[in-house]
Amino acid sequence: MSTETTAPAPSQSTDAHSRRWTGLGWGFIAKLLLMMIVNALGVSAIMSAWNAQAWVILGASIVLLAIADWVYFSRRMLPMKYIYPGLVFLLVFQVFTMIYTAYVATTNYGAGHNVSKSQAIDAALIQAEREVEGSPSYPLAVVRDGDTIGFAISEDGVVEVGTADEPLAEVDGAVDDSGRPTEVDGWEVVPVTDLLKDQALAQDVTALRVAVSDEADDGSLRTREGSTAKVYRSSLVWDEDADTLTDVDSGVVYTPNDRGTFVGDDGSTLPAGWYVNVGFENFTKAVTDPEYAKPLLRVTAWTFAFAVLTVVSSFLLGLFFAIVYNDDRLRGRKTLRTLFILPYAFPAFLTALLWRGMLNPEFGIINKWFFFGADINWLGDPWLARFSILFVNLWLSYPYWFLVCTGALQSLPSETTEAAKIDGAGRWRQFRSITFPLLLVSTAPLAIASFAFNFNNFTIIYMLTNGGPRFDDTSVPLGATDILISAIYQISGVAGGRADYGLAAALSIVVFVVVGIVSALAFRQTKKLEEF
Amino acid sequence: MATTAPTTSSTHRRQPTRRSRWWLEVGWKYPLAAVIIFYAAFPLVFVLSASLDERGSLAGTQRLFGSISLNNYQELNDTLFWTWVGNTLIIGIAAAIGAVLMGAAAAYAFSRFRFKGRRTSLTGLLILQMFPQTVAFVAVFLLLISLGEVIPALGINSKIALICVYLGTALGANTFLMYGFFNSIPMEMDEAAKIDGASHSQIFWGMIIPLVRPVLAVVGLLAFISAFGDFILARIILVSSENWTLAVGMYQWVSDQLTARWGIFSAGTVIAALPVLVLFLALQRYIVGGLTAGSVKG
Repeated sequence: MSTETTAPAPSQSTDAHSRRWTGLGWGFIAKLLLMMIVNALGVSAIMSAWNAQAWVILGASIVLLAIADWVYFSRRMLPMKYIYPGLVFLLVFQVFTMIYTAYVATTNYGAGHNVSKSQAIDAALIQAEREVEGSPSYPLAVVRDGDTIGFAISEDGVVEVGTADEPLAEVDGAVDDSGRPTEVDGWEVVPVTDLLKDQALAQDVTALRVAVSDEADDGSLRTREGSTAKVYRSSLVWDEDADTLTDVDSGVVYTPNDRGTFVGDDGSTLPAGWYVNVGFENFTKAVTDPEYAKPLLRVTAWTFAFAVLTVVSSFLLGLFFAIVYNDDRLRGRKTLRTLFILPYAFPAFLTALLWRGMLNPEFGIINKWFFFGADINWLGDPWLARFSILFVNLWLSYPYWFLVCTGALQSLPSETTEAAKIDGAGRWRQFRSITFPLLLVSTAPLAIASFAFNFNNFTIIYMLTNGGPRFDDTSVPLGATDILISAIYQISGVAGGRADYGLAAALSIVVFVVVGIVSALAFRQTKKLEEF
Repeated sequence: MATTAPTTSSTHRRQPTRRSRWWLEVGWKYPLAAVIIFYAAFPLVFVLSASLDERGSLAGTQRLFGSISLNNYQELNDTLFWTWVGNTLIIGIAAAIGAVLMGAAAAYAFSRFRFKGRRTSLTGLLILQMFPQTVAFVAVFLLLISLGEVIPALGINSKIALICVYLGTALGANTFLMYGFFNSIPMEMDEAAKIDGASHSQIFWGMIIPLVRPVLAVVGLLAFISAFGDFILARIILVSSENWTLAVGMYQWVSDQLTARWGIFSAGTVIAALPVLVLFLALQRYIVGGLTAGSVKG
């Protein structure tokens, strides 16, 4: 290899080479093109962030884009040219999400408190909208332009069009006998039959509000069925100076409390809330709230037990197989090895789902073949379910330890064992005093890494048991085999159910702390830092 | 070897001793191997048999390969299975290519350039990569909701967003694995190329990249497998069924006990797992090396 590059270095061929290497060649053009694309994307992101008034995203985009241009068009930022792309993704999707987790953990972000305060006020105003009594009903046609839908109505033969963002404005168009617009300039009229067929479109239409004018007090047009529109007006009025919402019908005044909810002077609350800082409440809730404390304690205990038992059992089994089959006298060792590690090569999520079927008490193959058709409810009983999880994870991970231990055994110095043998040490003594300690030195860091991995092994738990069977002494959706990460998943409600992002994020922080401590141990073990 | 010495000396006295000794030391390992292989392989054989069963349920399976039919495989065509395969391939391959390029570039910078903050950044990466991204999934979810309002392509239910989230771990997970490998290429080669007038980018693309191809393959494969096997992020980010990956879609097939479709699940499993299985076994030497160095497990 090295001869290829160093050979042309001597005098006669330098000329040809320097000509080939230098100059603003294709590389520069490629860089220019790439940077044009990056800048185009960046600028459009900045513009849409401006339009959406998302200031954090706007700021981040400007900074990231400016740094990108600076890095790639300056001659001085050489190492950064290579690190920057990965760094951007790392910062946004790993560093930021970790910081954001810490922030969410101190809020009551979740169901009922999932927007900012100004959005919550808007939502409250919309929720309080009522049909204005005596409002005329306008003949309506739903119109669309690409993805935007709007309302076209006619008043005395004059067609007006508006969308969610634009209030009603006059346009050219034609109406039929009933006054319903049939042709609208610049818009495509959606036939009523389409609304009946397309559920998603129908939902969008019933949710659409078109402001009658720029004045919010004029109310907005809404429709129930897609053929007539009526004027709706909110019964609530927002008083910005007093920071209150007043119900004009009942006279109740709603004031914001420090929990992110509007409370009326009659004690009632508005459903729309916003998230506020609650300090360490989520952490204390996890420990003291009777609904959460006990299940979470059991989940935590099982998380540690699961991670430790998985590592120990699969390590021991893998080590045993490695010792037994690291034997020169055996024939076909390569084939055996390949067959032994089959479970490891099989995608883990498919394994867990497959075992879920095989362990099914009614038709599962395990009961039928190995337990003579007994009705053992493997995944329905708390202790059996825990055992099943450990068993399946053992199946999944012993091959890893088999491979690692085989490698470690083969790299052990044979002199030490020889010497022990000459000193009269028996086979067990050799293993206990020499082989095993030496093996531990090289495999302990991997064992710690494996512990950290299994501590967060969501896939196996969720795919095999869904965390079940459920605890029956609590309403929290947790179960006997839930580990912390799957408990966080259930509590967060990202996949349905009642959302409590604050508590979920607080538990994520707990997991981070545990993983951090474990990693610090691994760190000291491997002393990786000394390598560079 | 030393243990065989007394055996040979006693052979001429009694023949059966040698045989029983062989059984004691070596022979018993073959029956044990058969047991282990049964343990390792029977679920795989079972799923193959179930996928060929014509009734399409685990319930009817009385014995292995009781009936051979391709019904289940044909039924896959009536589902979104092939769409999911396509999504998984797109997401996995994009994540793999991104991880390889970004990891290699960063490793090149750390290995070849001496700059201020180099040690600190390396340590920082080492610490960061220990915190699994999946634990922060709530924040990822909320971040994508906000991002999606500005840039729809980076919002919830976008494959691009999922790829970007996966790429967030590219630097942390792979730089170290590659860094060691890059360091094993002598600096003198860079010097020689530099004397020939090569720029840093020409050295990187023209010389280093071809030399480190094996480690690129390992990193790419590991990134692909981890994207292939990820459930939690794919599940919360990809909402509509035509965007799902295999992990999300196939979970949906069997998650509900009453409507579980084990027949097509088995057929899908065989199709989805076979390429991974073959690839893994073919490259097992490299992968195990990579796993040991990077301490991750698919």
